[in-house]
Amino acid sequence: MTTDEAVCRRQVSGDAFDACHVARLSFEPRYFAAVAIVLASTLAPPLASQLGAVIEAPAVVALQPRPFSYRLAGEFTRDGRPLSAPLRIAQLDRTLTIMIHQVTVADYERCVRDRGCLRIPHDSSDQPVVKVNWQDATAYAAWLSRQLGAAYRLPTDEEWAFAAGSRFSVDEFPDGAVDPGRRMLQLYEFEIDRGAPFDAAPRAIGGFGANENGIFDFAGNVWEWTDTCYVHHASRATGAETAIANCGVRVVEGRHRTYMSDFIRDPRTGGCAVGKPPLNLGFRLVRA
Amino acid sequence: MITEKSAFTENGSMSRRSVVLLGALLPTLCSSAAAMADELDLPRERIAPMAPPFVHPHEQSTSKGPKIVEFSLTVEEKRLTLDDQGTSIHAMTFNGSVPGPMMVVHEGDYVEVTLINPGTNSFAHNVDFHAATGALGGGALTLVNPGEQTVLRFKATRTGVFIYHCAPGGDMIPWHVVSGMSGVVMVLPRKGLTDRNGNPLHYDRVYYVGENDFYVPRDEKGKFKSYASAADGYADTMEVMRKLVPTHVVFNGRVGALTGKNALTARVGETVLIVHSEANRDSRPHMIGGHGDYVWETGKFSNPPETDLETWFIRGGSAGAALYTFRQPGIYAYLTHNLIEAVELGATAQFKVEGPWNDDLMTQVEPPEAIGTQVRAVPRTTAQYDH
Ligand SMILES: [Cu+2]
Repeated sequence: MTTDEAVCRRQVSGDAFDACHVARLSFEPRYFAAVAIVLASTLAPPLASQLGAVIEAPAVVALQPRPFSYRLAGEFTRDGRPLSAPLRIAQLDRTLTIMIHQVTVADYERCVRDRGCLRIPHDSSDQPVVKVNWQDATAYAAWLSRQLGAAYRLPTDEEWAFAAGSRFSVDEFPDGAVDPGRRMLQLYEFEIDRGAPFDAAPRAIGGFGANENGIFDFAGNVWEWTDTCYVHHASRATGAETAIANCGVRVVEGRHRTYMSDFIRDPRTGGCAVGKPPLNLGFRLVRA
Repeated sequence: MITEKSAFTENGSMSRRSVVLLGALLPTLCSSAAAMADELDLPRERIAPMAPPFVHPHEQSTSKGPKIVEFSLTVEEKRLTLDDQGTSIHAMTFNGSVPGPMMVVHEGDYVEVTLINPGTNSFAHNVDFHAATGALGGGALTLVNPGEQTVLRFKATRTGVFIYHCAPGGDMIPWHVVSGMSGVVMVLPRKGLTDRNGNPLHYDRVYYVGENDFYVPRDEKGKFKSYASAADGYADTMEVMRKLVPTHVVFNGRVGALTGKNALTARVGETVLIVHSEANRDSRPHMIGGHGDYVWETGKFSNPPETDLETWFIRGGSAGAALYTFRQPGIYAYLTHNLIEAVELGATAQFKVEGPWNDDLMTQVEPPEAIGTQVRAVPRTTAQYDH
């Protein structure tokens, strides 16, 4: 995590957002020329010989920008009443080069052995690494970037949605009733109905199959961290509008979108929190 | 205790032998119990108890005379899943549910319970009724081996909600209780519930929330262990129990038993009686967004109920009762206000309450938004949008 990122995480005011924004711009190196969908191993062969380490570049696909349907991330309210997030046609501003698999236990363990990542107890090495928080994921990205001499990072929410394609859920809680009690009940029913039909035990990599972009395990039982901050967009009937970001909370994507504090490793909640939490937290990276 | 140990060490072969030996005696025992009951010459009523959180239909007050109310409790030893991660134990239950069913009678009635321990079970069980007087609450008269049954009758002389639980002796007592063997008897005053001035109190619904603490052993990696049989897990479980730190504190046998699709329901204006039991450990019920209008914290109806409580205390080994009229719709969390136990260990229920919102009781004057003048922050993005 860069210093700028740290600053951005600590603050929740609108000004802090610019800090996030600046941090991101300085972090992103130039992008690679647009290529049709190609396996990245052909683009970036193993660098073991150069680095003296047995680290292979992760398998990726390169996706060319084209318009896609995207539900904006964050919470939207009008006069305090929840609105469904606006649905937009979006287009990425560059080619997206993204890992076709989630980062595995074996991948993560290499980073741990190299003292780039915190040790977290795990089971099977061919499974996606889970019980990782946003900080673990960014530490892994920084380590992998150093190893391979290329910039890897978590995808933004737009990038995740574009890559997930048909597995990106645009379902959103419909505009709530005015009556606060009615609204609570609606949200409760909505959350109950969208519980995942899987059990929580992670499957071996590829266990949930590939989507139309040849990318595996989107929207299975492992949700993925994104780099996008939580934002509350508040509007008033008067036309006044505010957007307040809290970068201590990141967008997590999977069967449904959710928001998690960046230090959470186990998304399980009981208690008064309403709604189904993600079953597991893992991640995949994009190459800038 | 002795029976328990033999069932234990010989993997149930002893129990099966006792079944054969005692089988011939059972009809005699049953008929003698029936004969004694007949001597009372009171009307009888047979009740089919319901699995918690529901309670069998009953009168809240009665003008009729005392009767003999018959219940039957069948001990079911079964695997019970405690959470969404699939952690499970070999539970011991009354009628298959954790907690066991609530049994409702009126003061002066006789409670007549047939306790059945099917031959397929591995352990001896009994039942100690906190509402009963003498013989260890009936525990001393009801120890049944697998394949046996017994009938106990006691007079309901005191009003209130009272725990019943298995207590077969020694280490078996806490082990059977934290394996699920407890429930509640509710003895209502014949004239029904009253406030401190003697004015009648009624409820439209009654729910039974039974809180349980579970102690599941973990392996070296910290994962919950499961065992081939209850006996196999006994030593490890006892070790966790003796440290007094439960791995699960839950309502009605598992995390989420009373949330989501299983949430309790009510309507604005309805009055709900919530009976809360914990056979082994203290608890602190609290209704988030609501109150206890009338609370019998110690659960005994001859004492005046306290009013307007925020949180009440359930002493381990007792049950309490709280009466609340919902005034606002929405979702309420009913939990133990040790919030670590409620949120992390599972002791949370939810009420779904339908009805019109009351703006006078609560209104959102200013929704959450930026402090001071309007701030417009543009979320960082890697995409362009068609608006
Ligand atoms: Cu028992």
